[in-house]
Parts: sequence; structure tokens; C-alpha cells
Amino acid sequence: MEVFVQQVINGITIGSLYGLIAIGYTMVFGIIGMVNFAHGDVFMVSAFFALIFLLVLTSWFGIASMTLALILVMVVSMVLTGLLVWAIERVAYAPLRGSFRLAPLISAIGMSIVLSNFIQVAQGPRNKPIPPVTRDVYTLWQGANGYPVNISLKQIIIWVVTALLLAAFWYVVQKTALGRAQRACEQDRKMASLLGVNVDRTISLTFVIGAALAAVAGTLFLMYYGVVVFSDGFTPGVKAFTAAVLGGIGSLPGAVLGGLLIGLIETLWGQYVSADYQNVAAFSILVIVLIFMPQGLLGRPEVEKV
Amino acid sequence: MTTSHRNWDSDPVLTVEHLTMRFGGLVAVNDLSFSVGRGDITALIGPNGAGKTTVFNCITGFYKPTTGMMSMRPRDGSLHLLERLPDFIVARKAKVARTFQNIRLFSGMTLLENLLVAQHNPLMIASGMTILGVLGIGGYKTKEREAIDRARYWLDKIGLLSRADDPAGDLPYGAQRRLEIARAMCTGPDLLCLDEPAAGLNPRESAELNALLLSIRKDDGTSILLIEHDMSVVMGISDHVVVLEYGTKIADGTPTETRNDPRVIAAYLGVDDEEVEEIEHELDGTAGNEGGRA
Amino acid sequence: MNSAVKSKDRAGIDFGRALKDGVIIGIIAFALLGPLVGLKTDQNMANELILQNRLGLAAILSVIVGVGRFLLSAFVYPWIAARGNRSKAAVTLAELEARARVTRGLSITGLIFLFVYPILIISLFGVQGSIKWVDNYGVQILIYVMLGWGLNIVIGLAGLLDLGYVAFYAVGAYSYALLAINFHLSFWVLLPVAGILAAFWGIILGFPVLRLRGDYLAIVTLAFGEIIRLVLINWKAFSGGSAGISSIPKVTMFGIYSFDISAPNNFAKAFHLAASSAYYKVFLYYLILLLALLTAFITLRLRRLPIGRAWEALREDEVACRSLGINTTNTKLTAFAIGAMFGGFAGSFFAARQGFVSPESFVFMESAVIVAIVVLGGMGSMIGVALAAVAMIGGTELLRELDFLKLVFGKDFNPDQYRMLLFGLAMVIIMVWKPRGFVSARQPTAFLFKRKSVSGDLVKEGHG
Repeated sequence: MEVFVQQVINGITIGSLYGLIAIGYTMVFGIIGMVNFAHGDVFMVSAFFALIFLLVLTSWFGIASMTLALILVMVVSMVLTGLLVWAIERVAYAPLRGSFRLAPLISAIGMSIVLSNFIQVAQGPRNKPIPPVTRDVYTLWQGANGYPVNISLKQIIIWVVTALLLAAFWYVVQKTALGRAQRACEQDRKMASLLGVNVDRTISLTFVIGAALAAVAGTLFLMYYGVVVFSDGFTPGVKAFTAAVLGGIGSLPGAVLGGLLIGLIETLWGQYVSADYQNVAAFSILVIVLIFMPQGLLGRPEVEKV
Repeated sequence: MTTSHRNWDSDPVLTVEHLTMRFGGLVAVNDLSFSVGRGDITALIGPNGAGKTTVFNCITGFYKPTTGMMSMRPRDGSLHLLERLPDFIVARKAKVARTFQNIRLFSGMTLLENLLVAQHNPLMIASGMTILGVLGIGGYKTKEREAIDRARYWLDKIGLLSRADDPAGDLPYGAQRRLEIARAMCTGPDLLCLDEPAAGLNPRESAELNALLLSIRKDDGTSILLIEHDMSVVMGISDHVVVLEYGTKIADGTPTETRNDPRVIAAYLGVDDEEVEEIEHELDGTAGNEGGRA
Repeated sequence: MNSAVKSKDRAGIDFGRALKDGVIIGIIAFALLGPLVGLKTDQNMANELILQNRLGLAAILSVIVGVGRFLLSAFVYPWIAARGNRSKAAVTLAELEARARVTRGLSITGLIFLFVYPILIISLFGVQGSIKWVDNYGVQILIYVMLGWGLNIVIGLAGLLDLGYVAFYAVGAYSYALLAINFHLSFWVLLPVAGILAAFWGIILGFPVLRLRGDYLAIVTLAFGEIIRLVLINWKAFSGGSAGISSIPKVTMFGIYSFDISAPNNFAKAFHLAASSAYYKVFLYYLILLLALLTAFITLRLRRLPIGRAWEALREDEVACRSLGINTTNTKLTAFAIGAMFGGFAGSFFAARQGFVSPESFVFMESAVIVAIVVLGGMGSMIGVALAAVAMIGGTELLRELDFLKLVFGKDFNPDQYRMLLFGLAMVIIMVWKPRGFVSARQPTAFLFKRKSVSGDLVKEGHG
């Protein structure tokens, strides 16, 4: 029982990260119908931004307060990752928007290859470890057999930051003009533009917001695992995409729900079934959902117009 | 245009009974029943949003109707219950062909290729489901020549023979519409469903379309069901007119009958039901005609 | 970024604006490249991470990017805008025909060149010297040409986006490896077996997923590819796990001569030639050449048959196909299965050539490379795909040869690292520049009077 609860805690933690990344996938898909293949690698690059600036802060400026450092690093990473994705969208995706449907996908695959290999070349192929940000662990309770159910400070940080950001993000989407413009573009791009919505800018901002959320996830990922490497974009990317599909592609609450579910399934499967086949479980879920329930849990089924 | 005494009642090629199509809370087609007479040109008309294309999609198997029965009786005497069949079986076995409101040609393929794709099924059998064809045996070449000849006949009939090797996407709009009809005819159908074939055509082209449809009816014996807004086509060549409004049938009869039906007039004018009597009184002569109501 | 030329005089170039663009982009580049390139994370002696200051390098790169943008704004974009009106006007039929003639000419010369290539190489570099050119270039490129032609049926003709093609490659490789080692069957028996097994898998994998729309199909096939690879890694009893399977028997020359050094009927011995692995390589070269040509031949034949026409119609508009009575599910399955079959053939060849297979050869990147080759080739065109394979695979192999660059960048410089990076860049650049690929015209498969090329602009890509 204690093991189960522990794994649930772990699952929710990693699931929060997947959810943050999944929002990026689902928003872009919702607004222009494109699977942004490079999003996972954007997440990885954001973790590298965080890593580099953390080192800058600690070694050049000698900042001792980890909290302050983390906040600064997260903000910087969000800004730079947003800038990067803005550039990518303008250069590699926007020109292909009117073209045939495979073109943006191929371009995105190319971008994904560029990002991961660029980091590999520029930063080196080895793992990049950092000293633990915090080792604090709190024991929630102890089971009868002495097995403790712990929650680490790192995990609490992740839960809190994720919740705060999602609340802020939800506010933006529901209440602000940008959010309205976004939802308008999702429903009918041509009409939105006829009504004066700057579609290009709305789409760019969608990419950037998705990237910013991924950067939050990237910083938290670095903090949680303490190590990052150039190949860290692929698997979390696919898992986050699975989360988006599971929750219902195009649905924001769906992305978060999907993320949590994938996190839970992953940790529980790894604990109770087999650690080796953990990733197979994630991919298999993707396949099963797409085949049997392509609209996901919270999405709307698409009726084909004849 | 000779009406043969309600041909659609005595010898229907397609019978639609109590067809209802619901999309969530929206009722697109409401308990629709009508028949299409064999060898008739039947027009399905009504204001926009009346559910006409939805009816087509149900008949041709692209939508599964919520309730209702559609029975197709091709020339060979068989019976097909369309509500159970997937779209490509409706085309292949039940011999129902269709065109689309937004033209769906294979624009990157030539006119000839478009018409050859339509003859896919007999050609596949001739090529021994491809296996014999790859090996070069089995008489595929002969069947392909026949298919090309058939395509040539139709290209000639629609006046596009000289452009047989041009890409379909290069054709002007009116020609594309005719090509789509020819392509549908190359499948050898017993019922041809045309979705607004005259849309975007000028009066001369509409007249040519009328001639084409009449010749199809005469030479190939194919029954035609068309959705149309162009009254010159509807009144000019139809034997039977069915009028829909908001998914419900409001008139069913010969062109003359429906043209004079006050309910039909009211529907097109956008008048409420309650006002129909008032309008009737206001209309000269035709007003007091109670028997005109369907 | 494609700003229309709003300069005051049309004849002049708006340097002011171009300069502004260049500076802004340069600054953005430095904001991004500064940390990523300029501050390199390295591990010092104490295994701690430290920052290595390379900001100078980052600054130089940023300046290059800024200058590049300046040049684009000042010269390239205005030139494109001026030319744009002309190129949008129909590419004339004469131009299309001219291009088609060039293509045909290329195909014939290319074919002749391919057949005499090993002889050419041997005469230039001698028997031993030929190994690298025949194997690393010739055989390697031809494998990808064949894979490209196989996947071309799925993506190029039928318009189905398959991102997991490498799975069929793996099926072919592992089936040859396992059956050859365990049952001592010869390559010539196992080649068709590998193809059939791969086709079989194609049907099994394709059946549940082919009704999905384009993007979803892509993701599912990618997931399938990864699942198969992960299973191969973890199911050690079956596949040998990450260690793979080694000592895979070589291909024999139709069972008459062997290429094993120790075998009594060794080829070199039989013909009294000096022992060299070159003979096996040349033999493999001609084998893959024939396999690739077989793929091309069957594809061209299929294009003229109803199934091929149905594939191309499917690519254009699936709904229209269904309205004509075509069972599009079967059509898609056929494309998938036949494409898989060729992948299986290529896989078994690969296993015989390497002598060793492991899951590492079948990562998603391989599928991505093959997809890139097909899409960059364009329009289901055979010659286009072949050219794309030569350019991408040959090009990246050539990078290994550029030792002279070490003089420029220092002796730590390893051009091989940049292989994939340049590959990805090429993918993006070519997609943005020519979304329809190199060859942008389609040849009809039937004509009444005269075969006329169809411009790529007209070819639609319908749903899934």
C-alpha cells in the first residue's frame, strides 16, 4: 500500500512535467492542425538553458539561495526558449502553412534533428550532472512494515509551480484577448482574420506560450533529475504527445489530465509489471488510444465533411 | 419530360422510407420518405440548409442514418439496403454513383486517368488482382483498351476529347463539373446522384447540362437524382420534384404541381407557416387552390 | 519574414531596412547562441560541471547569421518577389516537357554509370583501394535508394505517411539472421521469405491504423517502430538484446562460390586471385543494384496497373475514390504491404552484408532519413528519390572525407559529428524552398494522344 502511494506521488510528479509539455503539443495542434515534432527537443534545449544559467549564477555570481537561483533560471529559460521557438516558427513552419500537409511535419522532423544534434555538438554528448538542488525529504507516514511514504521538497516544488502556472495559463486563455483570439483561430482561421484578428501573430504566440511552459518543465526536470543530456528530447516528447492524445488533442484540460495519467501509468507499470518495458507501455498506450479512441478522453469526435 | 403517371410509385429504382439523420441535438433530416422512379430525372430542392446534401450522404453510404430504410433496386433485379452498406459498396454493388457539391476531381491526374480510375473494379479483376498484371499475363491489356475506349466515348460526349491528356486541374470550372459527371458515369451506375451540378454555370452551360443529363437518361437508361437550385434545370428536365425544408418534406410531385404549391412558395420566400394562408389570399388566382397543398 | 519590397524606389535596394533586419536577427542569434555555444558545459577533473567561455565563437556565429539575414533582406527576397509573379504564372508545358526529357536522359546515363561503377573504381584505385568506394558509398547509397523506392510506394504514390518503415527493415534483417543461423538456409531461399514476413507484418500493423488521418497515422507508425525496437532490445532470448546477433552467414554466389576465406569453394581461390574482401563487396554491390532495380521495375509496372492508379487517386482524394467504388482500405493495405516487402528484402541484404544486426541499426532516425529521401525526391518520382538518396547519403558520407577541414578548424574537429546536424538543416531548408521536392512534375500512366507531364502544383494531397 505504501509502495503504491509512493509511486502515485512519483507518478503525479513526472505527470505534471508531461502535462506542461503536452499543452504545447495540444495548443499548436488545435490552432493549425500540426504535430510539432520538435517540441520534445525544445523541452530539452530549455533544460540546457536552465543548466547553463544555473552554472552562470552559481559560479560567476556565487548565488547561494537556491530558490532565487531557480526562479531566475526558470524565467531566463522561458524567455530564451520562447525566443528560440518564435524564430523556428517563423523560419521553418510559417512559410509552409499553405503547402501540402506533409511539408510542415517533415520540416518539424528536420528541426528536431537539428536541435538535438546542435546541442550534441555545441555542448558535448555526455551527461551533464549538477549537484542536487535540495535533498530535503518529508516523510508523510510510515507503513506497518517500516516502509516510509516520502515526498521530497523537489516534488512539492514541482506540484506547486505546475499548479500555479496552469492557473495563470488558464486565466490567459479564458479571460484575455489573446486567449479569445486563439480560440477564434482554432475554430475558423479565415473568419477570425476577416474579423481583424492578427492570425499570424496569434499563431506565433501560441507556439511561444507552449515553449514557455515546456521551459518550465525543462527547468523542473533539471532540478528533479539533476542531469540532462542532448537525447532527452525524444522519449519525454513522445510521452507528452501521448498524454496530449490521451487527454484529447486540442483540449487543454485534456493535456494536463493525459499528462498525469501517463505519469501514473508509467511509474505504476515500472513498479508492478516491468521496469524494462516501461517505455513500451507508453508507446503502446499511444497506439491503442489512436486506434480505438482518437478523440481522446476529453476531445470531440470529428465528423468528416463530405 | 413526359410524366408517366407517377412512375416513381409504380417502378421505383430507389425507395427512401422514414429517413432520419440526427447530429447530436440537431435534426438534419426528419422522417423523410420518397421514391425515385426508374428512368426518371428526380430533383431534390429546397432552401439552403434543408438537409439535401445530408440525404445524399445517407443514400450514398457516407453517413449512417439515425433511422430509416433506403432500398435500391438496380437493373439486374437485385435489392440493396443502403442504410447498412459502406460508401464504396453502395457505389460498387448497389450501382449508385455521385458527384459532390465542391468538385472532387483528381486534379493532378489527366482527364483520361480520372475516367480510368472510375473503372477500377473491373480493371482490377482483369489484372488478376494485380498479380497477373505484374507478370504480364491474363489479358489485362485488352480490358484496359476497352476501358480507354469507354473513357473516350464519355470524353467525346462531354466535348472534352481534345483535352484528354491534360491535367484535370487545368480545366475551367464548367468543364470540371462535366468531367465529374462523366467520371461517375464510367462506373456504370443505375442511379446517378448529382449534388448541384449547375452551380456556377451560366445559362448556356446550364442548357448544355440539361442536354447532357437528358442524353444520359436516354442512352444509358440511368436514373438521375439531383440536388439543384437552378430552376431552369429543375423545371426544364425533371419528371419528379421533392421539396425539403428544414429536413422535412413539404412537397412531392410533378414540377408543375410543386411550382404552384403555396407551401413551396412560402418556403422559398421565407415565410412562417401561419402566414401561408394570408399569402394564399394575397396571391392572385393560384391562392384559393386548396388542392395544391401537398 | 518574407517582407514584400516596400522600398521607395523599386529599382533601388532598401539597405536601411535590410541593415535593421540583420542587426535584430544578429542580436537574437547572440541571445540564443551565446549560452548554447558560447558557454559550454564541461566536466573538470573533480567531475563537476563548469562553464567554458567560448563567447567569442558565439559572437562570430551571430555576426554570420546577422550578415546572412542582411543579404537575404537586401538581395534575395526582393529578387524572389520580383520573380515571383513570373514563376506563379503557369510553368509552361514546354518547360515541363524539357524537364521531363532531362529526367529521362539522367535516368539512362545514371543506369549505365551504376553498372560500370565498380569497374571504374577498381581501375582507378586498385582492388584493395576500391573497398571503401564500393562499400561505403556504392552499397550504402544503393541500400537507401532501395529503401527510398520501397517507401516511395507508401508515401510518394499512396500518400500515406509512414514514420516506422524501419520496422520492416528490421523484420527482414532479423528473419535472415535468425533463420540463416538456426536453420542453415541460404540467402537466396531466405530473401523471398524475408519479404513475405515483412509484408505479413505490414498487413498486421496496417490493418488497424490505415483508416487514421494523416498526422495520426504518422505518429502511430512511429510508435510501432519504436515498440518493435524496444521489444528487440528487451526480448533477449529471441533477438539477443542490445548485443544483437553476429556471425551471420555471408551471401554465396548462387551457392557455387563462397566468400568465406576459409571455405573450400572460396571465390578468390577458385579464380586464383589474391585474397581480398573486395570481391565480396563488389558482389554485394551488384546484388543490391539488382534488388533496387527490381524494386523500381515492379513499382513502374504497378503504376500502370489499376492498383497504382488507385494509389495516386487515393493520394489526391480518398472520399472521391470511395464514391467510385474503390475499397480504399484494401488499397492502402496493399501499398503498405508491398512497401514493407521491399523493406524486408533490403533488411535481409543488410544483415548479410554486415554479418551482424542489433537494435541500434533500427532507430527512428533511420525511418526519418528514409522519409526525408522520399519527400525530398518529390511526387513519387523514382529518379527524384534516387537523386535525393545520392545527395543525402553520399553527401553525408563525403563529410568523412573532408579531412582538410581539420586544417581550418583545428585537429579536434570531427566533421562526422556534423553529419546529422547538416542532414536536419538540409531537410528544413529543402522543405521551405521546395516543399514538393526536387522533381515537381508527374508523369501520367495512360494517354490517348500524347503523354504530357503534369505540373506538381496541381497534384493535391488529400486527407490521410
